[in-house]
Amino acid sequence: MLKNQDYIFRNLNGYNSYKLSDARKRGDWSNTKKIIQKGAEWIIEEIKLSGLRGRGGAGFPTGLKWSFIPKKSDLPKYLIINADESEPGTCKDRDVIRYEAHKLLEGCLLSSFALGVKTCYIYIRGEFYNESKILQAAIDEAYQNKLLGKNACNSSWNLDIFLHRGAGAYIAGEETALLESLEGKKAQPRLKPPYPASTGLYGCPTTVNNVETIAAIPDILKKGAIWFSGIGKPNNTGSKIFCISGHINKPCNVEEELGIPLKELIEKYAGGVVGGWNNLLAVIPGGSSVPLINKKIADSVLMDFDSLEEVNSSLGTAGVIVMNKSTNLLKAIARISRFYKKESCGQCTPCREGAGWMWRVMERFVNGEGTLEEIDTLYDVSKEVEGHTICALGDAAAWPIQGLIRHFRPLIEKKIKENNFKNKVA
Amino acid sequence: MIQIKIDNNIVKVKPGTTILQACQQLGIEIPIFCYHEKLSIAGNCRMCLVEVKDNPKPVASCSIPVIDGMEIKTSSTMVRKARNGVMEFLLINHPLDCPICDQGGECDLQDIAMSYGRDKSRFNYNKRAVKEKNFGPLIKTVMTRCIHCTRCIRFATEIAGVPELGAIGMGENMEVVTYLDKSVTSEVSGNMIDICPVGALTSKPFSLTWRPWELNKTESIDVLDAVGSNIRVDSNNNEVMRVLPINNEEINEEWISDKTRFAYDGLKYNRLDVPFVKKNGLYKKTSWDNAFNLIKKEVLKTSGNKMSAIIGNQTDCESIILLKDLFTFFGCDNFLCSQNNSMYKSLPRFAYCFNTTIAGIDDSDLCLLVGTNPRTEASMVNTRIRKRYLEGNYEIFSIGPKMDLNYDCKHLGNNPQILEKIYNEKHFLSKKIRKSKKPIIILGDNIFNRKDAEAILGLVYRMCIKFPIIQKQKNDIIWNGYNILHHAASRVGALDLNFISSKPDFNLDKIYSLSKKKELDLVYLLGADEIETKKLENSFVIYQGHHGGYGSKNADIILPGSAFTEKNATFINLEGRLQQTFKSCNPPGEAKEDWKIIVALGKRFNTKFNYFSVEDVKNRLRKVNPIVFSSVNTIIKNKFLKFGKKRNISNLPFDLPITNFYLNDVISKSSKIMKKCSDEINNKNL
Repeated sequence: MLKNQDYIFRNLNGYNSYKLSDARKRGDWSNTKKIIQKGAEWIIEEIKLSGLRGRGGAGFPTGLKWSFIPKKSDLPKYLIINADESEPGTCKDRDVIRYEAHKLLEGCLLSSFALGVKTCYIYIRGEFYNESKILQAAIDEAYQNKLLGKNACNSSWNLDIFLHRGAGAYIAGEETALLESLEGKKAQPRLKPPYPASTGLYGCPTTVNNVETIAAIPDILKKGAIWFSGIGKPNNTGSKIFCISGHINKPCNVEEELGIPLKELIEKYAGGVVGGWNNLLAVIPGGSSVPLINKKIADSVLMDFDSLEEVNSSLGTAGVIVMNKSTNLLKAIARISRFYKKESCGQCTPCREGAGWMWRVMERFVNGEGTLEEIDTLYDVSKEVEGHTICALGDAAAWPIQGLIRHFRPLIEKKIKENNFKNKVA
Repeated sequence: MIQIKIDNNIVKVKPGTTILQACQQLGIEIPIFCYHEKLSIAGNCRMCLVEVKDNPKPVASCSIPVIDGMEIKTSSTMVRKARNGVMEFLLINHPLDCPICDQGGECDLQDIAMSYGRDKSRFNYNKRAVKEKNFGPLIKTVMTRCIHCTRCIRFATEIAGVPELGAIGMGENMEVVTYLDKSVTSEVSGNMIDICPVGALTSKPFSLTWRPWELNKTESIDVLDAVGSNIRVDSNNNEVMRVLPINNEEINEEWISDKTRFAYDGLKYNRLDVPFVKKNGLYKKTSWDNAFNLIKKEVLKTSGNKMSAIIGNQTDCESIILLKDLFTFFGCDNFLCSQNNSMYKSLPRFAYCFNTTIAGIDDSDLCLLVGTNPRTEASMVNTRIRKRYLEGNYEIFSIGPKMDLNYDCKHLGNNPQILEKIYNEKHFLSKKIRKSKKPIIILGDNIFNRKDAEAILGLVYRMCIKFPIIQKQKNDIIWNGYNILHHAASRVGALDLNFISSKPDFNLDKIYSLSKKKELDLVYLLGADEIETKKLENSFVIYQGHHGGYGSKNADIILPGSAFTEKNATFINLEGRLQQTFKSCNPPGEAKEDWKIIVALGKRFNTKFNYFSVEDVKNRLRKVNPIVFSSVNTIIKNKFLKFGKKRNISNLPFDLPITNFYLNDVISKSSKIMKKCSDEINNKNL
C-alpha cells in the first residue's frame, strides 16, 4: 500500500493541468540544478542503488543499462524515450504524457546529463496525436523557461529534445525497430548484438528507455535511492502504474507499489470484478503479450516481476486485463492472436509464418472446429515460435496461447466435443 | 586467436569470426538461407540456430561473433527442434511446386528440407499466393515461392547499388517488390537469380527449358568484355542453354554481368555455317576448298605490302599468332589489333595492362577515372570499385563524359588538360593524390584512339613518378596504381603477341585511304566486326568470324569460324592474366575452329605450318612470348619502363567506347534477350 507522500505521479488522474506552473507546484523542475551539480556518476550510482527496473515490459535494471553506455566515446550519444505505447491493455505512458509531461522532460534532462547525452528523442506513438501536441507544448514551455536547450536549468549542460511521431506500427515499440524507424527506415528489429548501447541510432551509443522509467527518475534523485528501494519488494522496488481494464466496475490507471496482491489491486481501485470476485475467469496481468493466469492463481499472486514469473506469466507493462465468466476466452485469445499476426513485421520466419498459423487454429477453436490433436499441434507451434525470433514479438504471439492451453485446455476440448456432438446429431 | 569448443572439438579462430564461419572452418555444415558471404548479415531466416552453453535460447550463428571459451552445439536436440520448426514454417506457405520449378535440383530449400523437413504437413489451411512482380526482361518471378530471405534486396542495394528492391507489407503479407514495378536497372541484376535460395527468382530466358542435371557443364571464361570473368557454360544438344558464374575471388568474385550471363542466345542466331563467296553482289555458298583456292589466287596476285590483317575484339591468341605468322610469310606488316585509330606502338607491357589487378582495387584508397565508364566497359571492375567504395574512406573522381555510376563519383570535367593541371599542382586533386597512400588511376582504352594519346600517356607516366601512383622500394614496385581499362578481350593478347604494324602511322583511317587510292589489294578481317567494309570497296576483303554482321557485310569471301564457347582457346584479360576457354559445343554447320582455318589456309602456301592440335599452336605461343604464355592464371609483374612522350595535350573531350552496354559486340547484337534489355532498361537508364 503506497503512502500518500510516496506517489510519484501526483497528477495521474488529471485533476490539474500538465502546464509548467502546475507542474512546479507538484515539485517538478525543483532542485534540478543541484542534482546535476552532484555529477553524472552520482546519478547513475543512485539509480543503480534504487533498483529501478525498466517499466517498458522487460524489467531490465535501468542503472545497469545506463552503465553499458561507453563513457569515453568520440561519437555523439543519444537518449531515446520510447513513448510508442501500443500494447493492448496498457495506457500508462499516455496519461504520463497527458498530465505529467514536465516530469518526463525533467527526467530526460537528468538522464541525459548522467549519460552525457546532448540530443534526446521522444518517439511517440502516431495515434497519440493529442498527446504529441501536449508534449510539444510542454517542450516549448520548457525551452521558453530555459529549462531545456542551451545551459538547461543554468546547469551549463546543453540538451535538445526532439519529438518524433511514429506511423502506427506496434513493432516500432521494440527498441531496435524504434531506432530503425527513427532513422527513416522500415521498423524492423535489428539483430543483437551489437546492442544499442554500443551501436544504436546512426551507429552511435544509444539508450532507449520507457516513458514511465524516465519520468520516475527525478523523484528518485530528489528523494533518494533509499526511499525508492524502501517501497515494494527487494529486487522489485518502487511504485508502478497499473492499468486495470476489462470486466471491472471502475477501469483506471493507478500508481501502486510493486508486490501488491492482484486481488487487492482490483478490489480496491477498480471497484471489483463485475459480478463479484467469484465471477472471475482469468486475468492477463501485464498487457496482451503475457500468458494469462486463472482465478486460482489470481487469488494470491503478487503484482511484481518475480512473483508473476514464478507463475509462468510476466508483469510486462502492468496492463491488467480482467475477464469474468461472461468472456468467450477462446475468442479473446483469438483476437489477441490476430493482433500479433497483423503486427508481425515479417522479417524473420517463425513469427511471420507462425503468428498467422496460430491465429488460424485459434479461429477454428472459436467455432469449435478442429480436433483434439490440433491443441497439441498449436502448443507445439507456439513452442517453435517462442525464443527463435529476432525480437520478442514472436514470444508475445506465443505466450497468450500457451497460457490459454496451460490453464484452460478443458475449455477448448469441451468446445470441440460439443461441436462434434452437434455435427453428429445433425 | 580465440579458443572455442564446437561439438566437443576445440578450435582456434580469429576474433570477430561468427559462429557460422567457425563451424564452416571445422567443416560442420549449418543450413542457411538468408546468410550470404558477400552480403550484409540479416539473420532473418533463423535456420542457422545453434545452441550456446548457458544461453536459454538457441542463437542465430550467422550473426553472433565468437567469444573466448564459447561452447557451441550444432546438433543437439534443442538445435534440431528449432531448425525443424523453422523449416516447417518456411514450408507452410511455400507452394511445393518443385516439379514445375526451375530451381529444382539446385534449390537450397529442397536440399535442406531433406534433412530438416517433416514428411507430412500439419498446416491444413490455404497457402498464401502472391502476385508476380516485374523484375524486367531477365528475371522471372514466382513470388509465392519467396521465403523472404531478403538476399535479393541486399544484393540490389549493396552490390548492384540500385536500391530499387524492397519488402513492403507486414507479417505474412510481406512481399518483395521493385518499388515502382519497373525493371531492375542494374547491369549485374542476373546474379539475383543465383543468390535466390528458392525458385522465386529464376532466369526468364532459361525458364522451363532444361533441368540442371540434364546439362553438360563446361568451365570456361567470358570474352564479351576484357575482364575474363570465370563462367560455367551449361549446354545441351550442342546449344548453350545458360551461363553461370564460377567463384574467382581475384576476378569476378561470384558475380557476372548480365551481358555475360544472358547474351548466350546470340550464339544461336545470325551464325555463319558455310563459306560464302560474293558473286555479282550476291553471296553464294561454296566449299572450303574453293574458298581457299580463291584466296590463294588473290594473294598471289598482289604483294605483301598491299595486304592488311585486322583482328576483332573476341579473337583468341592462337589465331592471332597464326594470322601474324601467315601474313609475315606473305611479307605483310600491316597489322591492326583494334578497329579504330588506336596507336599502341612501342609500349612496354606495363603501359597497357591493368596493373593494380582487379583484386588490388580493394587495397586502394583513391580512384581517378580518365575517359572511361567502368560500369559499361568492365562491369566486374565496377563492382570491385563499388565494393571498395562501400568500405568507406574512398574518393572517386572522373575526367571524361558525365556518366551514371552506382557510387559517388566527383566529375571534374571532360578535358584532358585537367590532367596537366593536376600534374602541375594547380588542381585540388594534386594534394589529395599526394596525401593518399595507394591511389589508382584508370585510363579508358579509348585514349589510345586520340591523336594526343602519346602525350597523355607521357603525362600520366610523369604523374606516376611524381605522385605515389607508383611506389618503388629499391627495384621492387610495392604499389602500382597505373591501369588501362580495356573493353576488348583480344586486345592485351594481341599486344603481347605484338600484332601491330611497325609503320608509325598505320591505323584504320590509313587502311581506308589506302583502299580508296587502290593501294591496298587484300584485307583479312579476323572477327573484326566493326569495320566499315564499304570503305574497303577497292580491296578484296576476307572475313573470318562466327557471326554475320557489320564486318562480313561487303566481304568478298566469308569463312565461318567459331565462337568462344566452341573452341579451346587462350585469352589474356585486362590484368594480363592468361586464361583458357573450353569447348562446350561444336560450331554450327561446316564452321571450324579459327586456328584450324588459318592453318589450312597456310598450307595452301609454302608455309611450315606443322600444327596438328591446339597444343602445337600453344607451343608456338610460348615460343613467341615465353614470359606471358607459359603461366596460366597468374599475373606477371611487369617492368616499369618509360612510355609516352612529352607533347602538348589538346583540349578535345574524351569519348567512351561503349554507348549501349547490352548491344556492343557481335554476339550481344545478335541476342534477342539483349535487344529486349536494351529496349526496356538501357533506353530508360544506365
